Amino acid sequence: MTWVNAVIQGLLLGGQYALIACGLSLTFGVMRIVNLAHGDLAVCGAYLGLVLSTALGVPVWITLPLLLPAAFAAGVLLQVTLFGRALRHGVLAPVLVTFGLSVMIENLLQEAATSDPRGLNGGALALASFRIGSQITVSWLFMTAFLTACAVLSGLQLLLSRTSWGRQVRATADDLDTARLVGIRVRPLFATVAGIAVATAALAGVFIGTIGTFDPYQGTNVLIFAFEAVVIGGLGSLWGTLVGGMALGVTQVVVGQVNEAYAVLAVHLLFLAVLAVRPNGLFASHQAASQQLGALG
Amino acid sequence: MTTLLEVTGLEVFYGDFQALFGVSLSVAQGGATALVGANGAGKTTLLRAIAGAQPAARGSISYRDQNLTTAPPYQRIAQGIALVPEGRKLFPSLTVEENIQVGAAAAASKQWPLDRIYETFPMIARRRGQRASTLSGGEQQAVAIARALAAAPTLLLLDEISLGLAPLIVEALYQTLAELRQAGTTLVIVEQDLRRAMDSCDDLVCLLEGRVALAAPVPALTRDQVVAAYFGETATSGETAT
Repeated sequence: MTWVNAVIQGLLLGGQYALIACGLSLTFGVMRIVNLAHGDLAVCGAYLGLVLSTALGVPVWITLPLLLPAAFAAGVLLQVTLFGRALRHGVLAPVLVTFGLSVMIENLLQEAATSDPRGLNGGALALASFRIGSQITVSWLFMTAFLTACAVLSGLQLLLSRTSWGRQVRATADDLDTARLVGIRVRPLFATVAGIAVATAALAGVFIGTIGTFDPYQGTNVLIFAFEAVVIGGLGSLWGTLVGGMALGVTQVVVGQVNEAYAVLAVHLLFLAVLAVRPNGLFASHQAASQQLGALG
Repeated sequence: MTTLLEVTGLEVFYGDFQALFGVSLSVAQGGATALVGANGAGKTTLLRAIAGAQPAARGSISYRDQNLTTAPPYQRIAQGIALVPEGRKLFPSLTVEENIQVGAAAAASKQWPLDRIYETFPMIARRRGQRASTLSGGEQQAVAIARALAAAPTLLLLDEISLGLAPLIVEALYQTLAELRQAGTTLVIVEQDLRRAMDSCDDLVCLLEGRVALAAPVPALTRDQVVAAYFGETATSGETAT
């Protein structure tokens, strides 16, 4: 039963990884930016949640209607002022710019909030749990994080596949030059994509901060797990990202069951193994595949 | 006839490489202009500059007496200029219908709803749910034209639409272009097949190494004159590219 429990806990943990990773996947898929500050932006979300919930004296969930629009606006601002400009100077510039942003965020957080680990007030939800059978206890908080991840991914998938905005995003991901040519206004489109990516990162940060603790330098670690989830799942596939996150979560918890010291190492080994056997990830989208075909042709 | 498009002294660079040298061109409303020239003469660059995909270093582009020289592509589309790019450039992961819908993003008017487009191109109507990358070359070309039509253009720029297609398909596409002209759309066509270019257009412009070597109404031209301009045989030594 401990193994079943480990798998269930691992799957739920994977949802959190997927929630962080979906913004990374979206920005890379559409704008070809690997945002190295993505994890730090998630941690910023947690700090913003801390500030708001302390100031208002309410559980962090209540502050989400303020926090998420603020994060969206921050994403739009970053895209317009930094990422968009960096993109015009080749592939290396965005890497350097986002790396610099990451270093700046970590040090600014350290200055403003010290390096003490913090936690968020999750209200009654943080302690509630329910039982499956007699031996497995599932935390409502983990369950909520997992369901939120599923809801966010489904929502994004629906937006991408059903709306005119989504059509334009996919067209731009396919071929930026032609997207411009057929009249798509790329700048506002990129700004909304960046806004959504940062908002989902901040939401993930709130869950990170409620489930565990966070400190100014945690962003790098968060980024690595998110990045691995994206690569395992296959670039450009949101459902692949969820599966990738779950694979990471299950590996981490199951190996942790055997020996806690090897849990994180096992996750990185899984990532390396997938990279070696299926470099495109388990669920590389048709889009990525057809682009490769196009490049070959 | 009123002038729809007026290009004056256009110069376009790719980095240090100059592709167009003071190109001027005038397109009358309702007309069809053939743009011919050897590979690298600047035909595609000229079309892309008119569509706004390539910035003009010098010179001007005006459309219906509005200066569009520095306008981004979406503004030119809203004014009625649409380009069918060389190599079709469909969005491979989108379906046929989505490709066409994307083309309507900045449409000039609602003159070309989906049903009218499918009526014009029956061969793609039954493929509407398929990914664009799974179509045959002729079907892809039809989708590329349909995508440009969705923007409801008054001026349609077509870059090498017959490249790599079977003669029957090309015939059908040109038939459709003739119908578009009758409906009032002005055309600028880049075409390698000189006979087809002269048969289907009223005016002909021949580019040679980034300069206009010849521009005249088709009835006033002989095939030999065009061939001479094409290969630069009438050009003086001073006109060769630097």
